[in-house]
Amino acid sequence: MPDTEPMIDLRNVTKRFGAFTAVDDITLQIQAGEFLTLLGPSGCGKTTLLRMLSGFETPDVGSIHIAGEEVTHLAPYRRNVNQVFQSYALFPHLSVRENIGFGLRMQKVSDVESRRRVAEVIDLVALGGFEDRMPHQLSGGQRQRVALARAIVPRPAVLLLDEPLSALDAKLRHQMQIELKRLQKHLGMTFVFVTHDQEEALTMSDRIAVFNQGRLEQLGTATDIYHQPRTAFVADFIGEANLLEAELLSRDGATGLIRLDGGLEVRVPLSAWPLDEPRAILSVRPEKVCISSAPVEGAQNSFEATITEEIFQGAIDHLVVRTDAGTVFNAVVANESAMMQAFHEGDRVWCGLHYDDVVIVRASPKPAGVAKP
Amino acid sequence: MQTLPGVNPENPHARRPGLAGWLLLAPMIVWLLLFVVAPMAILLVYSFCSRDDLGRVVFSFTWSNYARVFDPIYLQVLGRSVLYAAITTAICLAAGFPAGWFIARQRAAVRNRLLLLVMIPFWTSFLIRTYAWITILKSEGLLNATLLAARAIPAPLEMLYTPAAVMVGLVYAYLPFMILPVYGSAEKLDNALVDAAHDLGAGPVRAFSEVIIPLTWPGITAGVLLVFVPAIGMFAITDLMGGAKVAMIGNVIQNQFTKARNWPFGAALGIVFTLLFVLTYLALQWRGRRART
Repeated sequence: MPDTEPMIDLRNVTKRFGAFTAVDDITLQIQAGEFLTLLGPSGCGKTTLLRMLSGFETPDVGSIHIAGEEVTHLAPYRRNVNQVFQSYALFPHLSVRENIGFGLRMQKVSDVESRRRVAEVIDLVALGGFEDRMPHQLSGGQRQRVALARAIVPRPAVLLLDEPLSALDAKLRHQMQIELKRLQKHLGMTFVFVTHDQEEALTMSDRIAVFNQGRLEQLGTATDIYHQPRTAFVADFIGEANLLEAELLSRDGATGLIRLDGGLEVRVPLSAWPLDEPRAILSVRPEKVCISSAPVEGAQNSFEATITEEIFQGAIDHLVVRTDAGTVFNAVVANESAMMQAFHEGDRVWCGLHYDDVVIVRASPKPAGVAKP
Repeated sequence: MQTLPGVNPENPHARRPGLAGWLLLAPMIVWLLLFVVAPMAILLVYSFCSRDDLGRVVFSFTWSNYARVFDPIYLQVLGRSVLYAAITTAICLAAGFPAGWFIARQRAAVRNRLLLLVMIPFWTSFLIRTYAWITILKSEGLLNATLLAARAIPAPLEMLYTPAAVMVGLVYAYLPFMILPVYGSAEKLDNALVDAAHDLGAGPVRAFSEVIIPLTWPGITAGVLLVFVPAIGMFAITDLMGGAKVAMIGNVIQNQFTKARNWPFGAALGIVFTLLFVLTYLALQWRGRRART
């Protein structure tokens, strides 16, 4: 952790709407120059949290500091943050140039300076030649760039992005993800990005804050969150996971023998096992379930199984395997070269699980999908 | 970008009307020809005619009716009408814009109830509502009785048959015509645009003048036209609530066609009056275009 002051410091922030608690006691520090993503399903509180950073909502409890200044109750137009709105919210009566220059005009930046900075940022987001167009004459991707340019040209301390890519088609979205990340690095600006798209979060973020029902479930880097989820919710929401209810049968130092849903017994490391709990949830990513025609070498757990379903997905094959003990796993195997072994529905195979690939997670308040088929 | 022939790239949903379109429009076109274009044409012809001693229209070309319009007496009446209408419009705008804006920002259920309240007066005849005002404002009326009972005034105030009474009547009659179009524009305005203005550093005043006003301009224009134009020509309210004391151009025109039996002069006044409307409309259009660019 750098010992500099965080750019954003949220302390015990709570926001209620009537009886509904939208944001529940969030404490979170965001470093200067960081790309932080607030990730969660709709209604998890991520957008409300963003609106408290921009000033459109005021917390009921807690405090918010931005760049060392307390802004908890400060009006949006007095904050040194700008937002890219989900709907872009471009002013329909102003041209691209006037939209982008709006913030500078409000700050009473001189005309000369303003013209220079607007031209600079138009160049940066590759909108040259579109300066005099009106918003309704632009494509979705171009509008998105105008919204972005308009928000960065006043040089805010923090840029807030509220699902800015959700209206774009898949291809354009991928392209914009990379461009956004590049832009953020180039500007060295702190980005707080809200999305419900886990893939988007993994692609762009320095750190991801996963929200569920107003609470912060886990905060960490993309690899942390993916490989070491702490709760069933996080394991299920980020990527695919086999989530199986597990019962602890016996301990043996750092490892233990557990029985999974369906009856399969496996040996796993116990470092994450909740203290004094007989039951927990085991999470294993489908691509970590090793499928082989012979007993898997190097895997601490190896067991015989039958492939009950095969779904072809191009580069990969999605398999459903049922172990002889009756436990069902989803597995993913690469459709490799013709030289390699191929697996098909009905094949008898060996399944291997490595110690380091299984993660013990806590059950979440509302488990989103324990033991999906 | 590839566009289909006949499609306007600025608005791909706009299409040229086909035969079916013209057929659907036909009743309205016939209506407009019969009841707008034809009467206007007759009025235009009459305005260049003269009258005989019995008040019959004599078809002989003359500019004298128009010359008479610019007689100081009538110019003064016209000026007063425009002034009253302008004040009415200003008061309606000041009261109607916040009301329309407020209604548009409510939840759908509340919004519909408030709109209903705005429209309820239309269920009663306009004349009856004006008489209701008379019973409120007259010297032995409701307002005076209340004020006397509260000992706020020593003697009944002369409120009816004053310019103020005319103003009250005009504002009362035309306020809904300001609220409704403003509501229509405000309701379409995305809240995120106001948020965006605040986010970019615009305080309440700048957000209002830079974003809200330009984007509700069509509603404001419609409201101003719907209030200002008929308010100039209003004669019923000025007759009933102003007595004979506050003559407006509407009263003068009405008199020419009735008591004075001078249709050609009435027609000339009507034509000048219509030109005034057209000029107002063009001025608002021009102002709107400037606001948008």
